[in-house]
Amino acid sequence: MPAVNSMGLKVVSFVRSDDFWRGIVSVVTFLILWEIGSRSHAWFGFSVPWVSHVPPPSAVLTEMFKLIQEPSFWMSAFLSTLRVFEGFFAAMLIGIPLGLAMAVSRTFYGITFPVFEVLRPIPPLAWVPASIIFWPTQELSIAFVTFLGAFFTIVINVLGGAQAIDVRYFQAARSMGSSTWDIFRRIILPGTVPSIVVGATVGVGITWAVVVAAEMISGGGSGGSGGGLGFFIWNSYVGGSYTQIVAGMISIGIAGYLSSAVLRKVGQWMTPWLSES
Amino acid sequence: MSVQPAPSRGFPPAAAQSRTGGVQINDVVKIYGTSDTGVLAVDHCTFDVQPGKITVVVGPSGCGKTTLLNAIAGFHSISSGSIYLDDELLCGPSRLKAQPGPDRIVVFQNGALFPWKTNIENVTFGPVMQGQLSRAEAYEKARDMMADAGLRDIEHNYPGEISSGVRRRVEIVRALMNDPKILLLDEPYRALDSLTKSVMHEALLEIFYKTHVSIFFITHDLEEAIFLGHRVVIMTTRPCRPKKILDIDIPHPRDYSVLTTRRFREFMDETSAAVHEEAIKAFAAGEKER
Amino acid sequence: MTETSPASLLTTHVNRGVASDVSHGVSATTIALHRFMLWVKSPRPYLMLIGFAGFIGFWYLSVEVWKLPRFSEMPGPTQVFREWFSRDPTYGTSIFTPEYYMHIWVSTRRITIAFSLATVIGVPLGLFLGWSERFKQYVFPVFELLRPVPPLAWVPLAIVMFKGSETPVIFLTFLASFYATALNTMLGVQSIDVSYIRAANCLGASRWQVFRHVIVPGSMPFIFTGLQISVGVAWFSLVAGEMVSGQYGLGYLINTSYTMVRYPTIIIGMITLGIVGYITSAGVRLVGDYLMQWRTRELALGGDR
Repeated sequence: MPAVNSMGLKVVSFVRSDDFWRGIVSVVTFLILWEIGSRSHAWFGFSVPWVSHVPPPSAVLTEMFKLIQEPSFWMSAFLSTLRVFEGFFAAMLIGIPLGLAMAVSRTFYGITFPVFEVLRPIPPLAWVPASIIFWPTQELSIAFVTFLGAFFTIVINVLGGAQAIDVRYFQAARSMGSSTWDIFRRIILPGTVPSIVVGATVGVGITWAVVVAAEMISGGGSGGSGGGLGFFIWNSYVGGSYTQIVAGMISIGIAGYLSSAVLRKVGQWMTPWLSES
Repeated sequence: MSVQPAPSRGFPPAAAQSRTGGVQINDVVKIYGTSDTGVLAVDHCTFDVQPGKITVVVGPSGCGKTTLLNAIAGFHSISSGSIYLDDELLCGPSRLKAQPGPDRIVVFQNGALFPWKTNIENVTFGPVMQGQLSRAEAYEKARDMMADAGLRDIEHNYPGEISSGVRRRVEIVRALMNDPKILLLDEPYRALDSLTKSVMHEALLEIFYKTHVSIFFITHDLEEAIFLGHRVVIMTTRPCRPKKILDIDIPHPRDYSVLTTRRFREFMDETSAAVHEEAIKAFAAGEKER
Repeated sequence: MTETSPASLLTTHVNRGVASDVSHGVSATTIALHRFMLWVKSPRPYLMLIGFAGFIGFWYLSVEVWKLPRFSEMPGPTQVFREWFSRDPTYGTSIFTPEYYMHIWVSTRRITIAFSLATVIGVPLGLFLGWSERFKQYVFPVFELLRPVPPLAWVPLAIVMFKGSETPVIFLTFLASFYATALNTMLGVQSIDVSYIRAANCLGASRWQVFRHVIVPGSMPFIFTGLQISVGVAWFSLVAGEMVSGQYGLGYLINTSYTMVRYPTIIIGMITLGIVGYITSAGVRLVGDYLMQWRTRELALGGDR
């Protein structure tokens, strides 16, 4: 199984490298400083500013072990992830065709791009109240705002990618007698995929940020057993459980990181020609 | 247009230049990667670059000639062998990588004039950075050298505003400001059209006749090589080794009328079979262009 | 070719040609004016008008004329614009009320503080991360560890950590902005063509000189793209922070307008946010264009020849 072997070799050589150990050193140092800072009041009698108010990593870790065993926590995580992917896929579904249409037709671009550019600087969260007024359910209003978050990034990236396709590919195709549809399917589409991937990876991060924010602002959502991780954090704050706040933050961080990593892997799988050189 | 050139204050007159800048390449081997799984790029190369002369290395793309240039310049290390500049060791068993320096200045394939500095700021970069000249002195010297090279009017433009051919010439002046022992040219005219190229060739030769700086020139263009060089080294495809070394006895100073002489055609005949053979090998091996 | 031979190439001075005719003694503003004239003559301004007309038209028709089901609850464009420009607004906020400007000022002030801090810390950090492999190995893992946590998730912790109501909001904004700036700066350094560094080494520059004369100017384009993204991200986080905690500011205005059922003010707030956000972004871009004259000119001439 040569593929697994070479993967294994890479992991092993990475773990042995200086790179890895230096990283470990810095992370461990960071955790130690955090621990000391958090407990500074109890240990030294004086509080380090800011950090002493933060719960120490040891307490957070214990909290996380507790949380992992609670089904309501996983329910929240699942709800948030669901919202992220709903909004994200909606953004892809509408954003990619729109971006491609803008890249292909100068007229369409001329009409839609200015409106797009005017709406873009309005932060997605500013849409929350309007969204709540408009959509009948809370779920839908959160989904809409989430959609907006990723939508703008995806469109911009698709546009940029399509415009960057070397004009010679078009010329080569035309000289070989391709129809417009063929050109679209075989040149524009694959040529834009790398930018779509980049847009997606960045977009998913934004989507997470929006979901968490929307959950915190709109106070949870329709579910009974929890309104998602954002609501979880807000609730922990209101309830005075600071370790839970940090535990929640870490969970969101991990979830966000995993989503980006998954998307990047999918992207690499879809663009084998890029990873060759 | 009849022009009486003023005595140039820019380039030092040829007679005053000492003949330095000879490079001896001894049994150099370069392997990328580890010794058992790596790629052999340079295979026991030995030849000399004569001081005060133009030595041209010709070979198919990807054969390793740029690796040699980079080793001389100090950008890459070598795996074994040694390289000397005059009597000084550049790299060898005790030190596998040379230190880059102003005695061996490279002119790059795609040009490396700093786009964020004006042309004259580029030209004065070397002496000013090394602290050899004050800013005012450097500017004066630069102005003279640029005027000498016909580049006076573009002093305060940015490289992005002039054509690539002119950019190459500014880059060469930038190098010469530092009195280098040898100029290393890495396929500098590859990206230019053939009309501009022929103008560049003549400009390079004019500068050479004024300064007699040693030149180590890499190309894949055989005609360019024979036209410019005192000595032409034909390399095999990767891993590269000198396949054939020719001393071109066409007298200098040369101009483009040389191309139609019989002696030139004889040299082309002598060498093109060898070059073609290597090119076919490279093609069969699927060499990627670097 | 001897010294006395006529028409020596070297003495035939290079004709600057079009390039310098345009750039030498012709300022960037003249170039901009020229491009503007070209734009006005193209179909683009008219298509733009069609787009806006379509958008506002749809909004108007769906809310005020046809009164479509969900749309009828929203404030329509006439309502919003009348409110925005009235001297005595029904809901208390228009361009004639001082509160409006106070909210704008408060938000802008927070953005300025957070963004400046983020730039001052983020750019040098990004430069070092890109330039020194060792530094990157030590610092980047911790950097990446904290990055996936979304800005708003920091709000409760920030409230706990910092005193007062201003600091948490500014901290939030700073954090998001900082990450965007540092990352893009690092990418900028990594994107510099190695030939420039090699050329500088050949020419005898020390490590520090290479950093100052090659790395820093060479990463500027990326740095400024990063700064534009950073401003956008800053607004994103600021609004989020203002909506959840903090007093005054455009985010706060939007949120309270919702809770106090002043719907047109919501839209006014959103539009204002869009305008101010655009101005700040354009401001960053203009500063970049000014600092990178070499690039502006190159792009104006249509790039490489």
